[in-house]
Amino acid sequence: MVARHGKPNRPLAGDDAMKENALSWMIGGPALTGGVNSSAEVFAKACARAGLYVFSNIEYHSNIMGRHISYRVRTSDTPVHSHVEQVDLLLALDSETLFGTPEYQDYQRHGGHLHRVAPDGVVILDAKAKIDHSAIERDDIHVVALAYDDLVRESVEELGVTYNARRHSVMRNMVPIGASCALLDFDINHVVSLVAEVLPAHRQDMVEMNRHVLLHAAEQARRAYAKEEFHVTLRPRPERNGHMLIKGVDAVGIAKIHAGCGFQTYYPIAPASDESVMLERQQTQYPIVVLQAEDEIASMNMAVGAAHAGVRAATSTAGPGFSLMAEGLGFASITEAAGPVVVLWQRGGPSTGLPTRQSQQDLRFALQPAHGEFPHIVVAPGDAREAARITHMAFNWGDRYQMPVVVLADKFIANSLVTLDDLGLDGLPIDRGEYWTLEMNGSEPYRRHRLTESGISPRAVFGTPGGQYVTTSDEHTERGRIDEQVENRMAQMEKRMQKLDLAAEEIPDEWQYEMVGPEDADVTIVGWGSTRGPITDALPVLQSEHGISANFLQIRLLRPFPASVVREKLNRARRVVLVEDNYMGQLGMLIAEQTGIKLERMALKYDGRPFSQDEVVEAVCEHSAADLGRLVLSHP
Amino acid sequence: MVVADTERLTAKTFGVEDSHPDWCGGCGDFGILSAVKQALAKLGRPPHEVAVISGIGCSGKIPHYINAYGLHTLHGRALNVATGVKLANQDLEVLVAGGDGDGYGIGAGYFVNSGRRNVNLAYLVHNNGVYGLTKGQAAPTMRRGQKTKGMAEAAIQESVNPIGLAIASGYTFIARGYAMAQPDLVDLIVRAVQHRGTALIDILQPCPIYNDLMTIDFFRGRDIGHNRTYRLADEGFDGRVHDPSNQDEIVAKQQAAIAKSFEWGDRIPIGVLYQLDAPTYEDELAGRLPELGTSSLLDLAAPGQDISRLQDAYR
Repeated sequence: MVARHGKPNRPLAGDDAMKENALSWMIGGPALTGGVNSSAEVFAKACARAGLYVFSNIEYHSNIMGRHISYRVRTSDTPVHSHVEQVDLLLALDSETLFGTPEYQDYQRHGGHLHRVAPDGVVILDAKAKIDHSAIERDDIHVVALAYDDLVRESVEELGVTYNARRHSVMRNMVPIGASCALLDFDINHVVSLVAEVLPAHRQDMVEMNRHVLLHAAEQARRAYAKEEFHVTLRPRPERNGHMLIKGVDAVGIAKIHAGCGFQTYYPIAPASDESVMLERQQTQYPIVVLQAEDEIASMNMAVGAAHAGVRAATSTAGPGFSLMAEGLGFASITEAAGPVVVLWQRGGPSTGLPTRQSQQDLRFALQPAHGEFPHIVVAPGDAREAARITHMAFNWGDRYQMPVVVLADKFIANSLVTLDDLGLDGLPIDRGEYWTLEMNGSEPYRRHRLTESGISPRAVFGTPGGQYVTTSDEHTERGRIDEQVENRMAQMEKRMQKLDLAAEEIPDEWQYEMVGPEDADVTIVGWGSTRGPITDALPVLQSEHGISANFLQIRLLRPFPASVVREKLNRARRVVLVEDNYMGQLGMLIAEQTGIKLERMALKYDGRPFSQDEVVEAVCEHSAADLGRLVLSHP
Repeated sequence: MVVADTERLTAKTFGVEDSHPDWCGGCGDFGILSAVKQALAKLGRPPHEVAVISGIGCSGKIPHYINAYGLHTLHGRALNVATGVKLANQDLEVLVAGGDGDGYGIGAGYFVNSGRRNVNLAYLVHNNGVYGLTKGQAAPTMRRGQKTKGMAEAAIQESVNPIGLAIASGYTFIARGYAMAQPDLVDLIVRAVQHRGTALIDILQPCPIYNDLMTIDFFRGRDIGHNRTYRLADEGFDGRVHDPSNQDEIVAKQQAAIAKSFEWGDRIPIGVLYQLDAPTYEDELAGRLPELGTSSLLDLAAPGQDISRLQDAYR
């Protein structure tokens, strides 16, 4: 095992040159009181509105207030799906953002973000914050110190308004944005128009104040920054200014509404609840009931009940909640409910683990989420857009194959903001599966679990005249009666499991896997889920900077597993590197089980943080240079 | 199979000819099954508009013997599944059935929270004091110090008071029945189903195999010379809140119901202990989306909803 940590990354490409629109920006500070989130999200939105491609991701503690948050914004003239290690502009609201905290320095695990600042990069900090400037100890970067509160006060008073800290200090979050705009030569009006949109009608007087804060911050930053020009500039691209800036949780919520999901249950849990909260807000506009249940056992079983009654039903959770849903999943499967769709937003486990951090630790759990042998579908989207589209398809599959469907997403997709033209939902098929009606049976009693050639028994939704049936979590006959006889048991087991074979056969390739990049390459990267972003961003960099041609085999459908195509692709690959956000290399284990191919070269990360583009590049370079086996990455 | 003619609904309409209960002779479940079928006939809903959702245990098998839609679910989760069924299709008449271990033990959290929600359901708890299907362990209703012949030792945990718990949880219809008092039980089930909101009937029943304390003879009071059970109505007890806007009346009626719930021994009250007309969960949902006041999600939530406005909000 090779363990690596703590070393600064190699510089970004073309560091000496002026970079147009290729920015890596980070703000850090305390949760809740610092305004970190609003600064970052307003800045990201302003960039998106200006027509730039944006990727923005957050790191935060599981706490209400005070602990360190860092929020990155990366922009580009081409689509971006990941962050890079270096930052051009670091906005520090406190000392921890630069230096980390003493208690963490014992572990050499969180040494702050100062070391990430690119040569010739800039640190913008609050002059009044308790920050030891002499400790910065880097002469290759620039420091711009602004007195945030004074600046807000002056801006307010300039407009003839008496400064009131309670009312006005919220505008502190405009200071780092204004300063950034100055260095990046980015018009503050991109920000002002957003502020006007966000503020309610009776607070529109604040727009002008915010504009003054932005102006002052920009002026003072320009004055404090010694150099003529900063090496990154942002140029608006008006031809592209219509795209969305959206998080995975919201993309999935919209997809559920589009799919006609009428019933969503949940119990509050990070990082999943944001999806349900988004849906709650839509209840006055769309026919969807969002029920906050007493726990995930209730959430799951309510959704199963709604599915049996004919409504598309879903629930959403993270690992700890999914643990409680186990029993209900098995129940849904043996009773052949049409669904529900369960979106599992993975976070760091085990147990409470790392509630707000990234991981892909729940693959094996999602594949066998309850006792006994039963069919269900597990599918993993690679980004927000895929998450939306796959969620749509998940409802189709739940209805068609009459089994629960787990959409295996994670924190990186949930919380990251990305620019998209749309969610790609228009034109996706709608399939409600096979229904039973009275005419189909004549005088015969309805058989809910009828043995058919395909394994699918047309379903009578509760309330269908003449379709009265009972079904049970016990093993049962075609008519749903409890039965323990040998022949019936075997027939029903086979019928249920056969539906998985049908799903494997019918689900189109694009939902099963994707090969990104050239068909023939030096290195084939294999992964699933949200590593798609950093991996696809790394491919061109590997080629242009390291002369390594690489492609990426993304496996989306994890159950039923596309074994033959994966075997074929891997047999054809020259050098395979498995990339996963977990300790065990769980996809590698699944591939070995399903194809007999053991992937020896692994790049794993279990520090609770997502892969960056650079980490993928680094991993592939190292694996190309030597036979390393298991490579573990972390850049605290 | 033919669609039932609602004009001629009888208890037999709701029977299932080729499925026979595997309960023990003398089990109270027979009485409850019979009362449910009679009540359904009186209520006048055709079988396909009725759903019976049950938990696990002897009582959990009841949907197999009723001609209606039925889900025999998981231990303690019947109320959850029923909540999903009812909210998906409000046109269904949803009955929930389970044992005392199912509802007050493993399902206690759902028992409490279902009361808070007040979904329009009728919940029948078959209360025999023991876990029959696993051979007679003490259920949460077994009183401290009691020991049936099947128990190794006397119970050393306090019993739960289901009526008191239901009051505290917000149930809007709370009654106690007795499986062997047929006309009364039929009437209680009819009233529970007709009540708008979550209705609980805690139904006392003998388990002739494992509970030698709560026997038919015990309820008949052979040892004391009179029936132990008595009708609350016969003594002028009125659990109904007549003015739901009167908080004082609500509190008084709740206190009276709780006081009655502690009566045990030589006199055991049967009948409606508490009833309040309050907004149901479905009413609250219709407050959010008026269409839900007249249509079910089943009809409203069609795939292909227009999301262009939603997407544009992120531009």
